[in-house]
Amino acid sequence: MIVSKAKPIEAVLTMLQGVQKVGLVGCKSCASACAVGGEKECQAMQEALEAAGFEVVGTVLPDESCHKMLLRRELKPLVAAGAEALVSLACGSGCQTVADNVKIPVYPANDTLFVGQTERVGIFHEMCRTCGDCVLGETGGICPMTKCAKSLVNGPCGGQKNGKCEVDPTNDCAWILIYQRLEALGQLHKMEKTLEDHSPRSYPQSVNVREAKK
Amino acid sequence: MSKLQQRFLRGEFALTAEMAPPKGYDFTEALETASLLKDRVDAVNVTDMQSACLKASSLGLCIALKQAGVEPILQMTGRDRSRMAIQAEFLSAAAFGIDTVLALTGDHPLVGDCKASKPVFDLDSVGILKLLSSMEQKGTDCGGNALSSTPKFCKGAAVTPVYEPLFLQINKLKKKVDAGAEFVQTQGIFTIEALESFMNEVQRHNIKVKVMAGIIPLKAAGMARYMNENIPGICVPDHMIARLQAAAEEGKEKGIKGLPMNAGMDMAAELIREIRSRGLCEGVHIMAIGAERNVPVILDRAGL
Repeated sequence: MIVSKAKPIEAVLTMLQGVQKVGLVGCKSCASACAVGGEKECQAMQEALEAAGFEVVGTVLPDESCHKMLLRRELKPLVAAGAEALVSLACGSGCQTVADNVKIPVYPANDTLFVGQTERVGIFHEMCRTCGDCVLGETGGICPMTKCAKSLVNGPCGGQKNGKCEVDPTNDCAWILIYQRLEALGQLHKMEKTLEDHSPRSYPQSVNVREAKK
Repeated sequence: MSKLQQRFLRGEFALTAEMAPPKGYDFTEALETASLLKDRVDAVNVTDMQSACLKASSLGLCIALKQAGVEPILQMTGRDRSRMAIQAEFLSAAAFGIDTVLALTGDHPLVGDCKASKPVFDLDSVGILKLLSSMEQKGTDCGGNALSSTPKFCKGAAVTPVYEPLFLQINKLKKKVDAGAEFVQTQGIFTIEALESFMNEVQRHNIKVKVMAGIIPLKAAGMARYMNENIPGICVPDHMIARLQAAAEEGKEKGIKGLPMNAGMDMAAELIREIRSRGLCEGVHIMAIGAERNVPVILDRAGL
């Protein structure tokens, strides 16, 4: 899931300066699951904006705010109602997809954090840097590109102390976790390998699965 | 061949010290310090923004040392530079006759004094060594393109002998040596036992590398306690802390300053003397952390 958190309402109000009529776009997918873009949050945003003197002309809640074709249809009523700007309560991808479909400004209500795991309601952990070249088969299912603060590919650095990271002592050292997991799996020999980290080289990517199927 | 390599080749006890460039552009004091180390050690490491705190670059001071007749060891971390920038630094270093380098991963910017600086870590210590070895063997850059001239370096790395689980240090040390490390300097060790058990592991795994034991002269009991708590891989035993404490009390009684530092120098010299006389490893690397002026005195006391 894409994990996001809400910006302070003051930040949203600042972006909307000079605008009177506002439309809201939530998202039933990830943003709902992490309670920043569902029905409740859209309702709260409407109340906050109205309290600050804005007119909310409408709210839409698409199944996925990052689906361009879907949004083209869903956004029409907001534009027809005279919205001068839209506020997106989705992730960065959702916000940009909204902006791709309209000719008025779109402002983000959320900060997008990471691709993460839901440990339980309200507790999320970053899990994947979307590097495009998965090494989890070599690392006992723990991603060093994501879970190591330096994305190290050859084992832990000297900054590890008691299994914790030098950057944040509340974080586990990824390579200690990998070592323990591989040992438990009887795959410790995999520690001898050097992994390839492609994340620093990544550039804007697109994929066409339909073409690949042909 | 570098001075350090020659020393190893002759089977003689190797000595290196370490100093940091200033947080500024005036190298006068650094060069004064270096002149005290000249002719006493084989080479002087110049740190690359140690602890991720901004300083003048390692390459800059290395060039100044070289021109002053002191053999520098260029420390290179992957923290602030991509592989292109790292290789460019090495080429420039070679142009000034710098022939010995030490590859490190580097501390994260968040533990240093410029926390907003973007962490790069394109290559870690092993990656930097591989880059150098590949350059030397193929005469190419990191993109596989031919270089017009190709330098050769004596390559070193760091290792932490007191580490839990030690398997991970040994595993990475093997990778470093496979990647071309000819020597390693260790994190500061404070007991002969710590060094011995590490050397046993190195020998048990048949790792062929010259080991220089890291020596940190202690200045005070507080410093030792602080390092024990905060610096990974540092383990100062209680009896050393007690000796520093006793020296401080004696100093207070008699109104003499500097007794704990003096005791720290004694303890460093004792360690060096024993390591050398028992031939536990190929040399020592003294990290005086700002007190480089004491290094010649420590060497005197160690009989070197």
